[in-house]
Amino acid sequence: MSDLLAARSQMAMSLGFHIIFAMVGVAMPVLMVVAERRWQRTGDHIYLDLAHRWAKGTAILFAVGAVSGTVLSFELGLLWPAFMEHAGAIIGMPFSLEGFAFFTEAVFLGIYLYGWERISPRAHLAAGWAVAVSGLASAVFVMIANAWMNAPTGFRWVDGGAVDVDPIAAMMNPAAFPEVLHMVLAAYASTGLAVAGIHALRLLRQPRNAFHRRALSMALLIGAPAALLQPLAGDQSARFVAHYQPVKLAAMEGHFRTERGAPLRVGGWPDEEARETRYAIEIPYGLSLLAFKDPHAEVLGLEAFPRGDWPPVAIVHVAFQVMVGLGSFMALVSAIALWLQWRGREPTRHRFILRALVLTAPMGFICTEAGWVVTEVGRQPWIIHGIMRTAQAVTPMPGLIVPFLAFTALYVGLGVVVAWLLHQQVLASPETAEEDAA
Amino acid sequence: MIASLGLAELVAAATLIGLNAYVLLGGADYGGGVWDLLASGPRKRRQRALVAEAIGPIWEANHVWLIIVVVLLFTCFPAAFARLAITLHIPLSLMLIGIVLRGSAFTFRSHYGPGHGAEREEGPSQRWGRVFASASVGTPMLLGLCVAALASGALPVPGRAGFAATFVRPWLTPFGLGVGALTLALFAFLAGVYLTVEAQEPALREDFRRRALGASGAVFVAAFGTLGLARLGAPPMGRSLTTAPWAPALHLATGAAAVAAIWALWRRHYRLARVAAAAQVSLILWGWALAQYPYLIPPDLTIRAAAAPRITLVLVLWALVIGGLVLFPSLVYLLRVFKRETARS
Repeated sequence: MSDLLAARSQMAMSLGFHIIFAMVGVAMPVLMVVAERRWQRTGDHIYLDLAHRWAKGTAILFAVGAVSGTVLSFELGLLWPAFMEHAGAIIGMPFSLEGFAFFTEAVFLGIYLYGWERISPRAHLAAGWAVAVSGLASAVFVMIANAWMNAPTGFRWVDGGAVDVDPIAAMMNPAAFPEVLHMVLAAYASTGLAVAGIHALRLLRQPRNAFHRRALSMALLIGAPAALLQPLAGDQSARFVAHYQPVKLAAMEGHFRTERGAPLRVGGWPDEEARETRYAIEIPYGLSLLAFKDPHAEVLGLEAFPRGDWPPVAIVHVAFQVMVGLGSFMALVSAIALWLQWRGREPTRHRFILRALVLTAPMGFICTEAGWVVTEVGRQPWIIHGIMRTAQAVTPMPGLIVPFLAFTALYVGLGVVVAWLLHQQVLASPETAEEDAA
Repeated sequence: MIASLGLAELVAAATLIGLNAYVLLGGADYGGGVWDLLASGPRKRRQRALVAEAIGPIWEANHVWLIIVVVLLFTCFPAAFARLAITLHIPLSLMLIGIVLRGSAFTFRSHYGPGHGAEREEGPSQRWGRVFASASVGTPMLLGLCVAALASGALPVPGRAGFAATFVRPWLTPFGLGVGALTLALFAFLAGVYLTVEAQEPALREDFRRRALGASGAVFVAAFGTLGLARLGAPPMGRSLTTAPWAPALHLATGAAAVAAIWALWRRHYRLARVAAAAQVSLILWGWALAQYPYLIPPDLTIRAAAAPRITLVLVLWALVIGGLVLFPSLVYLLRVFKRETARS
């Protein structure tokens, strides 16, 4: 394994690990305060129990998210010092703002978790909202920084260095809005549907358990609308990519030859040597229509770019197919559940919805990881799109496989412990499960 | 000197204030881990429980100071950040592993089993307690090693020397180990002093009074040892610390704070001891900064040379002001909610 590959693997692994905790940290506080609010309004102690459990889950996941996020802030320099040397002054601004948002989140989470007996119910609920809002703000700022790597603005690149730096213009880069929207919806959709799926599994065994029914309907309230809106946000992102990173779009679609009226390829396996994508279902004009709203629009193929500027095509294409496929299924299930709800037929009473929700439980996280592969691997070989190559940014430190393996082992261990703890402490059915009248 | 102070120096001072806050708040949380590891005697379990209660609600907020420092460093002094990240790759990676283990083990322990960790004699919560405590000892040592490497003026420009000369020898030095030990002793001292204020029970308070006094002895030994080692391991810094015109005043002030802290502990004026201990630790930190001024990475990279373009510094200062307006009331609220009763007693 080359040092560059080891560095990329360590970064990918650290991000892939952290992102799960970060997403849950954005969405879980909303669940927790909605439950607390319902408890305050109805006096139904099931809601209080849920608020406590979800707060406990948030505490565990937030702590791991906080420390793994710290690792990432150092790794930016430990692995990519030349990148940070040039980019720090340009995109440090959103990171600074994220620092404050994260600070606020940590402060109010401490107040929320340990303050049940110490402050008034109103203040306690407000602290919960402060956690939810600052968690959202953190995600927005971090995504703005990542978006800049795809659409670098706010400077001029002269003789291998940045001049005329404008951090505000860098924050306003054209990738920022689509990436932020897509990621924030992903956080709510993934977390909401994951929680819904866990309770759906219990309800299949104990259909009248009031605890799981209340939990499931609240989780659906957060997850389903986000999952339903996500395809629209994804379309926004794809259109950004079509305009600003055509080579990434070509890789996502396994599209080798430039053509008008390009078809949309569903599935298939791109062969970089043969320069074709085999076994795909082709929908005529689909790609031109989706990318440029015109069935006859020209879509640049990979062949329009030097081979050295291609990202790894097969990885990007397959990851994109996984994201779109699973995401569409989540949207479909969410649409049915919301429709049932709207028609006054409680979704928790339908076994087929419960089964479908069990299926969708892990899908949001898989989709998000796949989406990250699309955006990050799809940006290769660049670390700053069109400006600096990843290979130019890597640290001269040799033997990078050692830290890669060390951090991988650390995170695998942590992942196992967290899963076990959540299983023990948060997901277990309450001992006195009440039954709703059927 | 004052006349030459500019925007870059202002941001550097803000970064140092962030580091100061991390040392006083986050540092004490590591110190809490040290006292968890060294818990002993008839009140062993209650000592551990007090540590857990004291740091539980606030350690994450305290930890964010470190992130603020890193972000300020890479935004405002990117050239310095890049060089530190290259040459200190190994100790920084080890420190990160310590940070991850400390934080997650503490959280796992708090949420394991029906009761809190400290209530049970043996079990998973105890094992996580040991991970938490050991990581709390190792991480400050590594932080000290990194600071010492920076202060020594021996960090090479990457690419000019071999592996050991670039990535190992600059930080693995007797001076580094001395600073590591000093950092650990200071954190344990701070935690011991803070815990005398937080303990409700007189016997427990006496336990931490004795521990804080013991730690102040360790600080004394480590500080003079390090000062001696500095003359060999970090000659420019050692010279500054002994011959600069401000040096006598600095040592006098630090010494006065140290004596005040010990006297206050001895006479059981715990809140005064807390102020004096915090002042002592802060003076040591600012003494280091003053000794290497105007260099960010001695002997060649100055604060000004490493600084980002002016517009970035201006915007970051604005962000600090606006962020501070949100943050400080929140922090005050946090401390009021959780430290109010103890402050009254």
